[in-house]
Amino acid sequence: MQTSLWRSRKVLVWLDERLALTELLEYARHKTVPEHKHSFWYYWGGISMFFFLIQVFTGVLLMVYYRPGAESYESVREITYDIRFGWLIRSAHSWSANLMVLAVFIHMFSVFFMKAYRKPREFGWWSGLALLALTMTFGFSGYLLPMDELAYFATKVGLELPASLPLVGKFINDVVRGGPEVGSVTIQRFFALHVVVLPLIFIPVLAFHLWLVQKHGNALPPSEEQKPIAERRSIPFFPDFFSKDLAMWLVALNVLAILASLYPWQLGPQADPLAPAPAGIHPEWYFMSQFQLLKLFGRWFPGVTGEVLGLVFFTLILLLWAIVPLYDTGTAAGRRAKVATWFGITVLALLIVTTIWGYWEVL
Amino acid sequence: MSEFVKEQEAIEQETVMRRTFIRLGIGAMATGYAAAIGYPIYAYLSTPAKRAAEAGSITEVRLEGAAKLPAGSAMVFKFGHKPALLIHHRDGRWVAMDAVCTHLGCTVQYETDNNRVFCACHGGVYDAVTGENISGPPPKPLSVYRVEVKDANVVVAKS
Ligand code: HEM
Ligand code: FES
Repeated sequence: MQTSLWRSRKVLVWLDERLALTELLEYARHKTVPEHKHSFWYYWGGISMFFFLIQVFTGVLLMVYYRPGAESYESVREITYDIRFGWLIRSAHSWSANLMVLAVFIHMFSVFFMKAYRKPREFGWWSGLALLALTMTFGFSGYLLPMDELAYFATKVGLELPASLPLVGKFINDVVRGGPEVGSVTIQRFFALHVVVLPLIFIPVLAFHLWLVQKHGNALPPSEEQKPIAERRSIPFFPDFFSKDLAMWLVALNVLAILASLYPWQLGPQADPLAPAPAGIHPEWYFMSQFQLLKLFGRWFPGVTGEVLGLVFFTLILLLWAIVPLYDTGTAAGRRAKVATWFGITVLALLIVTTIWGYWEVL
Repeated sequence: MSEFVKEQEAIEQETVMRRTFIRLGIGAMATGYAAAIGYPIYAYLSTPAKRAAEAGSITEVRLEGAAKLPAGSAMVFKFGHKPALLIHHRDGRWVAMDAVCTHLGCTVQYETDNNRVFCACHGGVYDAVTGENISGPPPKPLSVYRVEVKDANVVVAKS
């Protein structure tokens, strides 16, 4: 006992001399995180990252048996019904994908309402938006891979809308879909996107995002900013905040385990391009809002006009959303700050209302 | 010893016990999670190996229409997941044996002209009737199976 303890000490010292572990630990101890009644929202970035790690882990496991292209449905059928616990791995990947999107959305809105995008954190906001876009692209490309009925029609419809636009349409047809129809050619390129291109872009952007968070620390929400410095409280990052982070991850893991095992992800019948679309075909919930908006514009302004207007409207909101750090720069009590907050509330409301409306119409 | 010191020692004892207890609890929980995650992953990754082992545990193969095999020739068939050799000798005898060389696992072949089983990888030679290793590097004989010709079919079984 005594000697083994001594030996492990020696190993630690050996490592420390070379990797400066003590320095790192000291640093982590001195780093602090503000503590106040909105602290709960600081965990959502970490939760998003946790689900991403789960995606990488379960995704690699799926790749062991998944075969893209013409055999994709058959291989997912094998994963779901033949391979031991394959259903669980697949279910965990699918559920965690949805939880990740949800966590990223919550994270973004909490950052927005805490006004954490203000100087010097503008690039944190922009890199975060890039991560959201990448996450949604992950979801869109992954959804096609099993090539069951739902996957086929969701992708078909999802690409059909922008494909009817000038210019964008040609790009979608020639490059994204690889032809006029969604088929094994499409699966193969979505697969390359899903498992190689997106992770290759996502990971460095995430690293940049984390580096900025580390550099600037957690932003204070306006309500805390107004307090005198003496009244503000904070806790050390290590071990206090870190152990709470871990606890959150454990909660996330348990939620995922419950959902994935009690509500196994289903595999529909194989996609048949000649069969009529089943009733109530709709995109994943995180695309529902855009889907419904485009549908509404199409209803109000028949023809291509509606789609173009819908897309212009959508792009405009996205643009305003992206440049909010350039607009809302002053104090939290200022007029601009109030406008930004109302803009955020409007966007959130629009997102929720159109999503519910969309489901109302298809279900 | 004063009451005070005794009390302090008791408190200390209690803290140590509590700490050990918490450590054990966390350790047990971590082990539980590791097992609950590790076992499904192991089972998932090892499914093909398990299926192959199951396929390999068969004791009999029925070769439909194999009785047509001309005398003085041989065919390769799958016994479980491994290749095996069915030889119809010129004298009418039927022999079946493993086709996996006992040296480094190459698939062997029947040579009609030399009436022997030959391994091209390192020149191993086996007896075409008994499976005996005759020359070259193979350390062990090829195991032979029981063969029964039933009408047009041939049934090969582990002996
Ligand atoms: C390096 C990371 C990843 C790898 C290697 C990976 C790999 C895979 C593979 C092989 C499949 C096909 C098997 C199947 O359909 O069940 C798949 C499906 C899928 N992926 Fe990923 N993935 C990764 C990250 C992500 C992320 C970040 C998301 C979303 C946030 C995501 C969402 C999906 C979805 C929704 C499916 C369809 C699931 C289904 O219906 O079966 N993936 N992924
Ligand atoms: S493997 Fe057959 S002789 Fe070496």
